[in-house]
Amino acid sequence: MSEAELATLAAILAAMIRAATPLVFAALGELVTERAGVLNLGLEGMMLMGAVAAFGTAHAGAGHGAAMAAGAAAGVGMSLLFAFLALGLRANQVACGLALSIFGVGLSAFVGKSLVGTPIAALPALPIPLLSEIPVLGPALFSHDILVYASILAVPAISWFLFRTRAGLVLRAVGENHDAAHDIGYGVLKVRTLAVMFGGAMAGLAGAYLSLAYTPMWVENMSSGRGWIALALVVFATWVPVRALMGAYLFGGVTILQLHAQNWGVPVSAQILAMLPYLATIVVLVLISRDETKIKLNAPACLGKVFHSGR
Amino acid sequence: MLRLELRPQASRTMTFVAPLLAIAATVAAGGVLFAALGFAPLPALATFFLSPLGDLYGVTEWLLKATPLAIIACALALGFRGNVWNIGAEGQLIAGAIAAGGTALALYEVSGLWVLPTVLLAGVVGGAAWAAIPALLRIRFHANEILTSLMLNYVAVLLLAWLVHGPWRSPEGYNFPETRMFTDSALMPLLVEGMRLHVGVLFAPLVAVVAWVILSRSFLGFQIKVIGMTPAAGSYAGFGPNRVIAFTLMFGGGMAGLAGAMEITGPIGQLVPTVSPGYGYTAIIAAFLGRLHPIGILLAALLLALTYMGGDAAQIALGVPLAVTQVFQGMILFFLLAADVLIRYRVRLSLPHGARR
Repeated sequence: MSEAELATLAAILAAMIRAATPLVFAALGELVTERAGVLNLGLEGMMLMGAVAAFGTAHAGAGHGAAMAAGAAAGVGMSLLFAFLALGLRANQVACGLALSIFGVGLSAFVGKSLVGTPIAALPALPIPLLSEIPVLGPALFSHDILVYASILAVPAISWFLFRTRAGLVLRAVGENHDAAHDIGYGVLKVRTLAVMFGGAMAGLAGAYLSLAYTPMWVENMSSGRGWIALALVVFATWVPVRALMGAYLFGGVTILQLHAQNWGVPVSAQILAMLPYLATIVVLVLISRDETKIKLNAPACLGKVFHSGR
Repeated sequence: MLRLELRPQASRTMTFVAPLLAIAATVAAGGVLFAALGFAPLPALATFFLSPLGDLYGVTEWLLKATPLAIIACALALGFRGNVWNIGAEGQLIAGAIAAGGTALALYEVSGLWVLPTVLLAGVVGGAAWAAIPALLRIRFHANEILTSLMLNYVAVLLLAWLVHGPWRSPEGYNFPETRMFTDSALMPLLVEGMRLHVGVLFAPLVAVVAWVILSRSFLGFQIKVIGMTPAAGSYAGFGPNRVIAFTLMFGGGMAGLAGAMEITGPIGQLVPTVSPGYGYTAIIAAFLGRLHPIGILLAALLLALTYMGGDAAQIALGVPLAVTQVFQGMILFFLLAADVLIRYRVRLSLPHGARR
């Protein structure tokens, strides 16, 4: 390959990783939530609140660190609303998640109205010394901003937590059999609330990445379904963190393919190409769900079930 | 500390009290929201909830907006009762609008009383066909219908955008992304001269009755209720969930498609990129607020239609963002889910351990 072709390849790989990063955050957070037995369909709402909070904070001149923290905090705030209803008041988790998504879409548009069309400084890239100078791989993998690195490092960290620590074992136990976990003496609601909050923080960071780095601006509904795609990714990953990362990168690839297809002269209109990520989600869900036992074996056994402590 | 105590039986009273509590809490929270924005709460609430209904035009617009909500929610409720989570009504509405719009364009300048029923039927078929996709994927491949039906919402939006930007764009529309205006024989007859309210409003009570008959007077309705209560019970009784999945999804899709067809042959009169302000999502809230019962849903649809009007009124009079509508709708659902705890639980004040004997 010529030097120009290599540079293009590196640029495409880098763009793919950027497109995948919000999905990585959101899917990993939801994965931990679901491992504790809670299905939170409110990702879309938490992401949007994270995006608008992060953007608003950056726009007020508070610096990117504070903006990222605000995004995560907004996600946690939304997730606590869910936790109060679904865990505290034992309401139906599907309905609560839907409510969180509907409410988050509206509330973020409401509070973000004055931010539409205003500029901020994008989250800067932090090229890793030496590594970023490797041909192709350097610009593709090691010249990103801090949130991209954080999303990748979160994968081994979460895997280690879930499968190598006692706390992770307890979390999984709560998700597999909440009655047994309760009988042994673990605080089911406490563990689940923490897992939901973690999911909220990660969804908030996913939103923060969208509005601070991916497209540094605030647009109503700017997550455009990524929260729901992330939910599908968790199923696709059969609740294993590293597979969630791979799934997200696959989707990043589809997104970039769609954006570049027109440049390459594919004679298909932009709207049709934009359907690709959504159609890919459906295809992926079908492929993974075909084998019912595979899902049943891997899904946390108490996923979405209401826990009554005083049976 | 407050403690939840499981009731031996679900409280019937609380089933009806909970929505009223939720509405009261939403109004109160709305007052707090307006106060936080610097408006006097009571006049602002009056602007939101009362001012839109001040004249005949307001009342006709109210019924016009409640119609799609009621039609879709009555159909969705059957699915929700049977544990089938169709949240793709927005896409099914759009698919219905596309099918109806395509038919109306094909019958451009054709006259005859059969034109409009054909167009509406195309809408029903289009919506049902769109919903058949998640139904098929769930039955054949066990794919979760929540995610597939939702993904198809985005696909439908893009499909409509492509059609009105591309192949179906009006030749005399100065490059605006819209189709030709439909001709008279494909438009809904108006109910009140000079207003936008059309005869389609009569479909709302009709669909409510159909939904009630299905649920209360048919074997299918019995199957829906059995599978909704305990999915395994159906198989003991000798029927699987597939019939319920296929029917409830496609009935929901068909009615959403009808609603979409009536939007474009009614107040809009052509296909444009946005044919619904989120009726398909709001109908989910209407279904829950109406207790999944047709009569409750008709009332809930009226209330939620009012939040669309209130959003418009508040935007004009107070200058708040239009998204205030979605904020109110989200609050209603949240408060409802919270109030629903009273149906299955008693809230007891429990004393700390030391005080107990």
